[in-house]
Amino acid sequence: MADTALPMARPAPDYNEAVVRKFVIATVLWAVVAFLVGVWIATELAWPQANLGLSFINFGRLRPVHTSAAIFAFGGSALLGTSFYVVQRTCRARLFGGTALADFVFWGYQFFIVMAALSYVMGFSQSQEYAEPEWHLDLWLTIVWVAYAVIFVGTLMKREEPHIYVANWFYLAFILTIAVLHIGNNLAVPISMFSAKSYSVASGVQNAMIQWWYGHNAVGFFLTAGFLGMMYYFIPKAANRPVYSYRLSVVHFWSLVFMYIWAGPHHLHWTSLPDWTQTLGMAFSIMLWMPSWGGMINGLMTLSGAWDKLRTDPSLRFSVTAVGFYGMSTFEGPVMSIRDVNALSHYTDWTIGHVHSGALGWVAFISFGAIYYLVPILWHRRGLYSMRLVSWHYWIATLGIVFYITSMWVAGIMQGLMWRAYDQFGFLQYSFAESVLAVHPYYVIRMMGGLMFLTGALLMVYNLIQTVRSRTTQQAFALPGNLAVAGE
Amino acid sequence: MFRQEFIERNAFLLLVLTLVTIAIGGIVEVVPLFTIETTVEHVKGIRPYSPLEQRGRDVYVREGCYLCHSQQVRALRDEVERYGHFSLAAESMYDHPFQWGSKRIGPDLARVGGKYSSDWHYAHLINPQSVVPESLMPRYGFLAETPLVTEDIGARLRALRAVGVPYTDEEIASAPADLLAQANPNADTGALLKRYPKAVPVPGNGHEVTELDALVAYLQVLGTMVDFADPANERLQQ
Repeated sequence: MADTALPMARPAPDYNEAVVRKFVIATVLWAVVAFLVGVWIATELAWPQANLGLSFINFGRLRPVHTSAAIFAFGGSALLGTSFYVVQRTCRARLFGGTALADFVFWGYQFFIVMAALSYVMGFSQSQEYAEPEWHLDLWLTIVWVAYAVIFVGTLMKREEPHIYVANWFYLAFILTIAVLHIGNNLAVPISMFSAKSYSVASGVQNAMIQWWYGHNAVGFFLTAGFLGMMYYFIPKAANRPVYSYRLSVVHFWSLVFMYIWAGPHHLHWTSLPDWTQTLGMAFSIMLWMPSWGGMINGLMTLSGAWDKLRTDPSLRFSVTAVGFYGMSTFEGPVMSIRDVNALSHYTDWTIGHVHSGALGWVAFISFGAIYYLVPILWHRRGLYSMRLVSWHYWIATLGIVFYITSMWVAGIMQGLMWRAYDQFGFLQYSFAESVLAVHPYYVIRMMGGLMFLTGALLMVYNLIQTVRSRTTQQAFALPGNLAVAGE
Repeated sequence: MFRQEFIERNAFLLLVLTLVTIAIGGIVEVVPLFTIETTVEHVKGIRPYSPLEQRGRDVYVREGCYLCHSQQVRALRDEVERYGHFSLAAESMYDHPFQWGSKRIGPDLARVGGKYSSDWHYAHLINPQSVVPESLMPRYGFLAETPLVTEDIGARLRALRAVGVPYTDEEIASAPADLLAQANPNADTGALLKRYPKAVPVPGNGHEVTELDALVAYLQVLGTMVDFADPANERLQQ
C-alpha cells in the first residue's frame, strides 16, 4: 500500500470508512459473545446442572441466542462492514445515501440484534430455526435491510469503474436473496397489535418446506454467497495476485445462486414431505458440489505464485484455511444430502459438526482474515501489533475446530448407529437414554474445542486493541487520511 | 443481453437477473405443496388443538423444545419400532408453526401422547433426572409456578382461524370454559370432549392453571388423534 510515488491521476474519493470501522468493532464484539454463549450451551449439554434451573439461561432459550449471535450478529456485521468497504473501493465511489443512512443501517442492525437476543431469553420465539424473532422485530429488520440494499445498489449505480467487480455480484445476491427469504419465511398473523405472539401463515408440511427453503439458503446466501464476496476481495488483495479465473467466477456464480435455492428439502428426508420434493432437493444438493468447489478452486488458485506468503502472513493463512474448510464442508454437505446417508446422519450431532466446520472453519476464519487485513488500514497503522499472536490465534483456533468436528463426527455416527441397532432377537438394542449417556465424553471434548476457539478470539481482541493503541504500530509519518489508504 | 460482459456493466440488469435466478427453485418446490391434493392425506381424527393444548403448544414453542426434540417419526424401520407409526403430513396440518425439529438431543415426541402418565410428565418436567438419570434436559419447574395467561385465548384462536385452523364461533366462545375444564379434575368435561375428542384432562394443582398444566395437556395429545387400527385409515400412501 501507500504507493505515494505514483502519479495520482484519479484521486480516491472520500470513502466512508467510519461506518466500516463501527462494523469491524461490532464484528469482533459479537464474535466473542457468540463463542462465549456457544461454550456455555455446550457446557449445559455436557453437564445439565449448568442450566441452573433458571428459565432465561435454559438451553432452549440460549441456543437461539448462540445461533443468532454467530450468524447474524458476528457474520452479519462482518458482511455488512466488508461489503461497505469493498463496494466503495471496487466502484471508486463513496457510499450512496450519505453518512446518516449508513449509520442508520449500522445502529438499526445492532438494535435488531440486541432486541432479538433479549426477546429469546425473555421467552419470545416463533420457533422457526434461525428466524426466531417475533413479527415486530422482523418488520424492523425489513426496514433496515431495505436501507442496506438501497445503499449497496445505489453505490453500484454511481460507480466510476465500468465493470461491477465479482465480489459485488456475490454481495448483491446475498442482499437480495436474504430479503426474499426473510419476508417469505416470516409471514405470520399476530394475535393482537399489542402482543409479540404470532402464528405462522403456513402450517405443517408447507411450513416445513418454507422454513428449510429459508434455513438452507440462510446457509447458502448469508454464510456462503456473502462470504464468497469477502473471499473475492480480500484474498487477491492480501496475496497481491489477480483472481485466478474470471470465466470460472462467472460460471460458478450463476450456477451457485441458481442451485442453492433448491437444496432445502434435504433437511426433510424420510419425513411427511412428498417424495418428489425430497428427490429434487437431493439432486440439486449433490449438483451443488460443483459450483461450490468452483469457488474453492478460484480462491485457492489465486495464490498461484504467492504460496510463500502463507509462511510470512498468518492473516492470509486464516483466509486460505477458510477456503479449505469451505471445500471440505461443501463436499460433506452433498454427501449428507443423499437420502440413505441422511437416514443415519439426520437428527444426530454429525449435522452439528458439519455446521461448525462451515461456521468456524469457513465463516469465522475468512472473517478473521479480513479483520486482520482491515484494522491496520482503517485505523491508519503500519501493521498489526503482533504477528506471533496472530499465529497463536490461528493454531489454537484450528486445533479447537479439529476437536469440535471430530468429536461431533464420532458422536453423531454413534448415535445414528445406536438408534438403528438390533440385537440377535430382532429387538432394538439400545434405549434412547443409552445413546444420551454414550455421547457424554464427546460433548465434553466439543466444549473444550469451543473453549479453544474462544481463547483464540480473545487473543485477536487483545492484538487488535494493541494495534490501534500501541505506539509501535504508529505510521512513521502522518499522511492525510485519504492518502494513507490509496493503494488501490 | 445475456452476455456477462454486458450484465456486469449494468447494476439493474444484474439485480433483476439474480432475482429471477433465485426465484425459480423456490417456486417449483413450494407452490405445488399448496396445490397438489395428495400432499396432505385425508385421515379421520385430526382436529384443531383444544384451548389448553394450544396454550401448552405456545409454551413448547416459546421454550425452544424443538431444539432438542423432533416431532417427526421418519418412515424407517427402527423409528417406527421405537416411536410408532411414521408421521403423516395430516397430523401437523393445524401446526402453526410446525415442530418437526432438526435434532434429537432427546427422543422424538411425535407420538409421546399417552405413553406416560400425566403424573410422570409433571415429575419429569420439574426434575427430568429424577425419572431419567441419563437425561440432559433442563428443569422446567418454573412452569409450575407460572400462572397461565388465559384472558387472550379467544384472540389466539381467532388468529389461528385467520391462518386456516377451522375453529368455529362456538369453539372460540367456549374456549375459556374449555380451557378451565381441561385443567380441573373435578370439572364436567363432557362438552370439552365432544368438541375435542381424546383431549386429556390434567390434574393441575387445585387452585390455578399453570403453564405446566397446559404443556402436559399438549404432550398428552401428541400423535394420538389418528386411530391407526381403524380400517378407514389403512390406505395412507401419499
